[in-house]
Amino acid sequence: MKSTPNASGRIPCTVAVSGLNNVDSPGPGMPVIRALRQSHRYDFRIVGLSYDSLEPGLYMHDLVDKSYQVPLPSAGTGALMERLRYLQSVENIDVLIPNFDAELHNFIRLAPTLESELGIRTFLPSLQEFDARHKAVLHEYGQLHGVKVPVASTVFTINEFHRALDVSVYPLVVKGKYYDAQIAHSADEALSAFYKISAKWGLPVLVQQYVRGTEVNVTALGDGAGKCIGAVPMRKLYITDKGKAWAGVSIEDPELMRLSAALVASARWKGPCELEYMRTEDGEYYLMEMNPRFPAWVYLAVGCGQNHPEALVDLALGQKPPAMNDYEVGKMFIRYSQDLVVSMQEFEKISTLGEL
Amino acid sequence: MKISQNIAISENGFLFNPATGDSFSTNDTGKEIVRLLQEGKNQAQILDAMEGLFATDRASLEKDLADFLYMLGNYRILDANTAPGSL
Repeated sequence: MKSTPNASGRIPCTVAVSGLNNVDSPGPGMPVIRALRQSHRYDFRIVGLSYDSLEPGLYMHDLVDKSYQVPLPSAGTGALMERLRYLQSVENIDVLIPNFDAELHNFIRLAPTLESELGIRTFLPSLQEFDARHKAVLHEYGQLHGVKVPVASTVFTINEFHRALDVSVYPLVVKGKYYDAQIAHSADEALSAFYKISAKWGLPVLVQQYVRGTEVNVTALGDGAGKCIGAVPMRKLYITDKGKAWAGVSIEDPELMRLSAALVASARWKGPCELEYMRTEDGEYYLMEMNPRFPAWVYLAVGCGQNHPEALVDLALGQKPPAMNDYEVGKMFIRYSQDLVVSMQEFEKISTLGEL
Repeated sequence: MKISQNIAISENGFLFNPATGDSFSTNDTGKEIVRLLQEGKNQAQILDAMEGLFATDRASLEKDLADFLYMLGNYRILDANTAPGSL
């Protein structure tokens, strides 16, 4: 990367970003790219990484300069590394920001080689940190870092599930290992949820204590040394049938911010994360999930005055960005959907050549 | 009876609670009551202020004000400990 500013007074920098699936259950890639485009310090060239020829971000040429298909996470690190070697022979990627839960494992494992062999920087948690906040062990993680987490049992068989029900109080929540959650008010409902979720997402399934309250989320960025570089809290105002926020608003909640900063500090979290809490009527906060990446609503943080993706690039390049403590309360985001009209030639190009 | 901290109300009677992210619309009467609450007025003082504005008896006003304050409490616009009906 050239460290000298170009004619626009900004430093040229090439960033590869995945998660271009800006659909009804959106990946965070496009919001991350929009955040990077807002930078006053960097002049970003954006390289999109996609898994599917119909990811809308592939065709958003005002935001993505060039796109490449990459192998599915199930293909393993070897295939991914091979593909990235090719990409780097064509591009000059300075920083790579992966945005999918399922791909993070591979990128974390490859991170040292990406930097030493290809000169591509990342800013990711270690595998140990990544696994420690997994939803199956989140209760222990919460105990370790002083955050309340609902009690949960991880079950691998139907017999274990029945045993978990025997010691549970209704309502309870049945959760998939990656996605999906259903509230059950009876054993019949729980059983139905178990079969449905395990058929879709596999085993194990979680049986979790139900916490009644209001969901509040925080997007945060940790420097890996105990400092929270930025954090913005949001409450969902409109939720889709997939449980995703279609609209939300930044809120003022000092206790939530204190808890989140303390967690990032205690865990020495490295990289972006989304903290999903339930705030009870009594003002207690329960951590429901900790996602090890930017949320799809991260662009709201930019609107509130904190550009987390830009700060992540700083961190990946070895700089020490100052902590962002202020943000604007009462800023809203509202998603919209729009049809992109694209030529068959473009679709053909990405489908056959794997590049666009 | 205190209004929650940082409640913002616009000229149009649009209320925003920054702690919860909730927003509400109220009419001119509601806006006036919220303004009086923000000035620290109690229920009796608000009633006195409203009495001159409406051609109705005090008992009706008292009932309507109590209803409105109860609703503000439910929506967490009044401090939980000071809302009508709180222990």
